[in-house]
Amino acid sequence: MSAPIEVDALVIGGGIVGASAALFLAQKGQRVALLERDFFGAHSSGVNYGGVRRQGRPLSQLPLSQRAHGIWGNLQQLIGIDGEYLRSGHLKLARSDKDMAALVAYAEVTRGFGLNLQLLDRIQLRARFAWAGDVAVGASLCADDGHANPRLVSPAFTRAAQRLGALAFEQAHVIDVSHDGQAFDVRTASGQHFRSQWLLNCAGAWAASLAEQFGEPVPMRSGHPAMLVTEPLPMFMDVSTGVEGGGIYARQVARGNCVLGGGQGFALDSARARPGHAAIMDILRNAAELYPPLAGAQAIRTWSGTEGYLPDREPVLGASATQPGLLHGFGFAGSGFQIGPAAGEALAEIVCTGASSISLDAFSIRRFQVVPPATGAVTGAVNVIPLHRGRSHP
Amino acid sequence: MKRKDIVIIGAGPAGIRAAQTLVAYGLQPCLIDESLRGGGQIYRRQPDNFKRSPKKLYGFEAGKAVALHSTLDRLAQDIDYRPQTLVWNAENRVLDTLTEGVADQLAYRQLIVATGATDRILPVQGWTLPGVYSLGAAQIALKFQACAIGERVVFAGSGPLLYLVAYQYAKAGAKVLAVLDGAPFSAQTRALPALIRQPLTLAKGVYYRSWLSAHGIPVHQGVQLERIEGEHRVGSVSWRSGQQTHSLDCDAVAFAHALRSETQLADLLGCAFSWSVLNRAWLPTRDSEGRSSVDGVYLAGDGAGILGADAAEMAGELAALTLLADTGHTVDTRRVATLKRKLAAIERFRHGLETAFPFPQDWAARTADNVIICRCEEVTAGDIRQTVAQGHWEINRVKAMCRVGMGRCQGRMCGLAACEIVAQSCGRELSGIGRLRGQAPIKPLPFGLETER
Repeated sequence: MSAPIEVDALVIGGGIVGASAALFLAQKGQRVALLERDFFGAHSSGVNYGGVRRQGRPLSQLPLSQRAHGIWGNLQQLIGIDGEYLRSGHLKLARSDKDMAALVAYAEVTRGFGLNLQLLDRIQLRARFAWAGDVAVGASLCADDGHANPRLVSPAFTRAAQRLGALAFEQAHVIDVSHDGQAFDVRTASGQHFRSQWLLNCAGAWAASLAEQFGEPVPMRSGHPAMLVTEPLPMFMDVSTGVEGGGIYARQVARGNCVLGGGQGFALDSARARPGHAAIMDILRNAAELYPPLAGAQAIRTWSGTEGYLPDREPVLGASATQPGLLHGFGFAGSGFQIGPAAGEALAEIVCTGASSISLDAFSIRRFQVVPPATGAVTGAVNVIPLHRGRSHP
Repeated sequence: MKRKDIVIIGAGPAGIRAAQTLVAYGLQPCLIDESLRGGGQIYRRQPDNFKRSPKKLYGFEAGKAVALHSTLDRLAQDIDYRPQTLVWNAENRVLDTLTEGVADQLAYRQLIVATGATDRILPVQGWTLPGVYSLGAAQIALKFQACAIGERVVFAGSGPLLYLVAYQYAKAGAKVLAVLDGAPFSAQTRALPALIRQPLTLAKGVYYRSWLSAHGIPVHQGVQLERIEGEHRVGSVSWRSGQQTHSLDCDAVAFAHALRSETQLADLLGCAFSWSVLNRAWLPTRDSEGRSSVDGVYLAGDGAGILGADAAEMAGELAALTLLADTGHTVDTRRVATLKRKLAAIERFRHGLETAFPFPQDWAARTADNVIICRCEEVTAGDIRQTVAQGHWEINRVKAMCRVGMGRCQGRMCGLAACEIVAQSCGRELSGIGRLRGQAPIKPLPFGLETER
């Protein structure tokens, strides 16, 4: 048998969190290897809606999200492509006075985090966004939020890491992980063998089994957002949009296609998902009242992905409570794309300096120790409509 | 949502014969078809108020076309026949349909999928110019719209349809300037032993070709269509014969290289697929009696592998008999055996056709970087090669990176050509680069659709 590949840090999962961690580790001169079971950024990091937004996140995530905002601002230099990233603004629409009041309250509590939210009443909304449907009574605009193409951005993080010397392997299915008291020992189905001081569990919706193996099960479930894209349409909006209370979100890309999401799909198996009939029909029937230019447009494709959700919709990010050297970064509840690079950076900081410069206390895996673990923690994909709809929708 | 015991999708030769067989056993299937009138593509039926005779429309096939159409006419009152209905999704034994802007759902117990085929397109320089059609589209223009695609038409590509459509155009009075057959005459000679098993079909092929020659229409064999040129629409074609290049002014071109199966629905239904060397494609697996890998789902006709219209009629009947047997009916086992024997014979003939009209193995290698492969997204062969050069080789991955197959047709037109380019440029086997995932809707779906209550 050939000798194992020795690295300082081994990352499991080639999504945007794992790839960012690998990139920042490589930047700091660490020997790092990244293992991806499928293709880099092929799952929720690559097939998500593409929202790059801070607005709407819980306060607990805003420091990290602000840091991510800075990283995104430097995207081209960092990953070598622009990834179709636009700081076009994120507009959250309200359909009722109650929803508008919720937007006002959010703007109030997030003051001081640097989001610079602008509240727009019905008239102001239409003055700036003439397309807005009559059902919108107002909106909150975060002018520096935006959107990007996840298919291009997420894999590019891995390529950037490789350019800095990181080893990265696709089609590398991890089948065995152990720790012999000195280092982690990791083997893949194709016979690769690694040894590493640090192990980063960035395996997205599939991360729970590794956590469980090290004695810290988490009640993670899978969610499957229903996504849909139209044929190219004349440009009518550049902002990325969402709706207070959830339900639907939409953006238009430079080519003219509108990408919309809303509702939940279902799992075909542990790795593949589809948007369900009901969600597709909801979008097709209801989108035009918020986005009138969509009337008569044609949807050409639908898709879904597999996202990890914890009950409180906060990620698990930081050190293992049971195994020194093990770090977790998963469970981003369908909102990991924007914050992912900062999450990866925080993990890299722990490896390099022992601590993240931004507090990760709210995301500690310890929060699940007080609750008796759900019997038979779900490791596969289980279809679930997430609770608290809309709170952290894109 | 409505419930049906048995649903047949596609009212072409396979679907109609399947429906007829089920009715003969006292059942009332639901027959769904996208077209206004049944018959499928090959026997596409002209609108009611069109008056051209079947003989004029279908030539030698008139008898078969009329027989099929009148079968459907007779059946229509005994079955639940739904024309102009698109099945755009399948999920958990329920079909999503769209009929003239109204969405509905249909639950089934058994399903016969007879989705047919479209042209296999191997793009050349200039193929997106107005005035360029696929062979099948040129034929539909003639049959369903009673118009020719141009006044001075060149037919190019390969496959039996090439000569048939050229013949139909010439018979209809269009000026056919030339037929450019990519297959050399020697290939057709080589194929004779296999083709001779179906003497009637062979005779028709020979007849069309001789008729064209006898009427002064130049037939060039073993030539490569190189480019189609024109400023705003087709002005000329050029082709290569050995070392020589020829060109010809024309105002329309129809081209295709045989047919490809429409497999998206089988994919959404969860059917297992396997690689078909003969079809150079991933096809839903069917056993010799028409069962797919999914319980209760049967496959018939060209949608599960190209065997032609005669085979489709038999496969439709066979799938229906299999379904009947599987659901406890006593069926005519001798008829089943006969159908299986005849289908096996046609399959041997099909191997002969592949020899006679071989796939142009060098197509991908000689396709220049600036040739558009995906016309919806304007992705060129060079764009695909560049993506492959970045290390991508799996077709869905290549799609994600460079948008090939991401447009209106969802790869139905460009997918196979894209796979050929990917395989050629990454040096893998065509079967080793995966297949485009099926994603609903199978065809574009409008916002603001109404829903049947």
